[in-house]
Amino acid sequence: MIRFIISKLGLLIPTFIGVTLIAFAFIRVLPGDPIELLAGERGVSPERHAELMALFGFDKPMWEQYIIFLGNILQGDLGQSFITKQPVLDEFLTRFPATVELALCAIIFATLIGLPAGIIAAVKRGSAFDHSLMGVSLAGYSMPIFWWGLLLIILFSSPDMLGWTPVSGRMSAMFWVEPTTGFMLIDTLFFSEEEGAFGSAIHHLILPTIVLGTIPMAVIARQTRSAMLEVLGEDYVRTARAKGLPVGRVIGLHALRNALITVVTVIGLQVGVLLAGAILTESIFSWPGIGKWMVDAIFRRDYFAVQGGLIMVAGIVMIVNLVVDFLYGLINPRILHTR
Amino acid sequence: MSELQAEVQNSTQQISPLRQQLKEFWFYFSENKGAVVGLFFFLFIVLVAILADVISPHAPIEQYREFILIPPAWQEGGNWSFILGTDAVGRDMLSRLIHGSRYSLYTGCIVIAVTLTIGVSLGLSAGFFRGWWEVILMRIMDIILAVPSLLMALVLVAVLGPGLENAMIAISVTYLPHYVRLSRASAVAENARDYVTASRVAGAGKLRLMFITILPNCMAPLIVQATLSFSSAILDAAALGFLGMGAQPPTPEWGTMLAEAREFITSAWWVVTFPGLAILLTVLAINLMGDGLRDALDPKMKRS
Repeated sequence: MIRFIISKLGLLIPTFIGVTLIAFAFIRVLPGDPIELLAGERGVSPERHAELMALFGFDKPMWEQYIIFLGNILQGDLGQSFITKQPVLDEFLTRFPATVELALCAIIFATLIGLPAGIIAAVKRGSAFDHSLMGVSLAGYSMPIFWWGLLLIILFSSPDMLGWTPVSGRMSAMFWVEPTTGFMLIDTLFFSEEEGAFGSAIHHLILPTIVLGTIPMAVIARQTRSAMLEVLGEDYVRTARAKGLPVGRVIGLHALRNALITVVTVIGLQVGVLLAGAILTESIFSWPGIGKWMVDAIFRRDYFAVQGGLIMVAGIVMIVNLVVDFLYGLINPRILHTR
Repeated sequence: MSELQAEVQNSTQQISPLRQQLKEFWFYFSENKGAVVGLFFFLFIVLVAILADVISPHAPIEQYREFILIPPAWQEGGNWSFILGTDAVGRDMLSRLIHGSRYSLYTGCIVIAVTLTIGVSLGLSAGFFRGWWEVILMRIMDIILAVPSLLMALVLVAVLGPGLENAMIAISVTYLPHYVRLSRASAVAENARDYVTASRVAGAGKLRLMFITILPNCMAPLIVQATLSFSSAILDAAALGFLGMGAQPPTPEWGTMLAEAREFITSAWWVVTFPGLAILLTVLAINLMGDGLRDALDPKMKRS
């Protein structure tokens, strides 16, 4: 097990250094010199220009700049946002819980629906349910989620139609919730005195959760179905049946446990998909998370924020993938010994 | 020669190996009804894209100032000369949708062509030469994969500047790792086979071994991957357009149309609904087709 983890970590470090190289190169390959880019259309005087070049260290040789940059990252310093003058890491961390909350809700939603649907489809293979589920999941997989979000807003939020759910944000403007954990559901439930704030938080979560969870749900349903079908054809399942065990027990205990090996990996691999999807979902629902923050940063030419965000997101994806690998090894011991 | 033998010879002569293969392919492909529907819908969209100038009732960027936000013809206040209504500056929705198909298919084709040629060349060379070249190349691919594809594409477009061409380049870069990994794995597996050794012994050069001996035997998963990335490329290009980083207005690209339509979601449902529906149906058709292709080309990958 330890060897397995070390070999995975060994692959991770060069990849992470590669990501920092890309992020480092990002500001330097932009057309024009970085100070002029950051100053935007206002421009700067030559003296101020030289001053800023020295301040950001752009006047040093490339390799020295990179060494300083890497050293700063390792100390948790991702630079300052050029617009807000706040440390990029702080900006990232204040928004990160919003994205995690949304992503967790989305993956729970996707699993709660996708997993049982996939199991039923596999058990009732060839039935009308199976066919329609496969159709729906293919449609979900093909869904442009930015359009799906707009459609749901028309249907559920527009006052002419149902008018059930709010259109944007995490919380109604009536309430002020002091961020304690940054997770709105937890903050409103345990730390806030305000009546109805928790309900409002849930209300705001519903549509973004559905939109972000749609593609993972489709993927999970499909993969669960095919993993179950594969396992249901195995000899030991037939043996269990032949022994006269009840069908529910055979499916739930014998088949599902082995099918879950595939499914856990699939769910884990959705993290990258969720973070990419969060960019679109958060933009549609004005959800104050890192996806919206990064799109805004790109538009405001806040390149230090983009650079820092890129490193953080890549780092998080890599760590999650490592954890998934680890879990996979844990629930499927075979993989540890084949290497 | 007996009559029977002559007959057998006759029938084998009539059907060339290629036609035989195609026949076999169609047999498996057509078993999947969804795939056939997808294929026909896709051909329909290709036809629409080719004939866009002929069949669209208006020019896609022509603004009819007296017909602003006209609803579809069957609704009250509709006008039969604008069947699917008009947008906020009086452009005909149907014509814009028809022309939009060109941009989506164009994006898909370019992205596939670029990623397939570059990705397969890199992947085959990695699997063929091994050593440090393989190590470095695969690490670079890991780095690209570590960043969520849409974020990577956004950052690349931020460097290159917004626009459809740059969006295509950015999308191609983010898809590259899949092809490199796939073709490297196949090349490694095939390289140890006897037929490769045989042709090496016969004196085949490295390029010939890579592209003529090995490549045809790794085509099936690559074709399936190509169909999948065709549809993802359309989705991602539309997403970039929606975020304002892809095709720029007034280009009638579907994602860009959606971005322009956002402020009218409560007042004019048609400007939002139709472009998205066009994206969904096109992508769905291609994915259906991809499922059928997978079943027909590679029985090993077939999902039971």
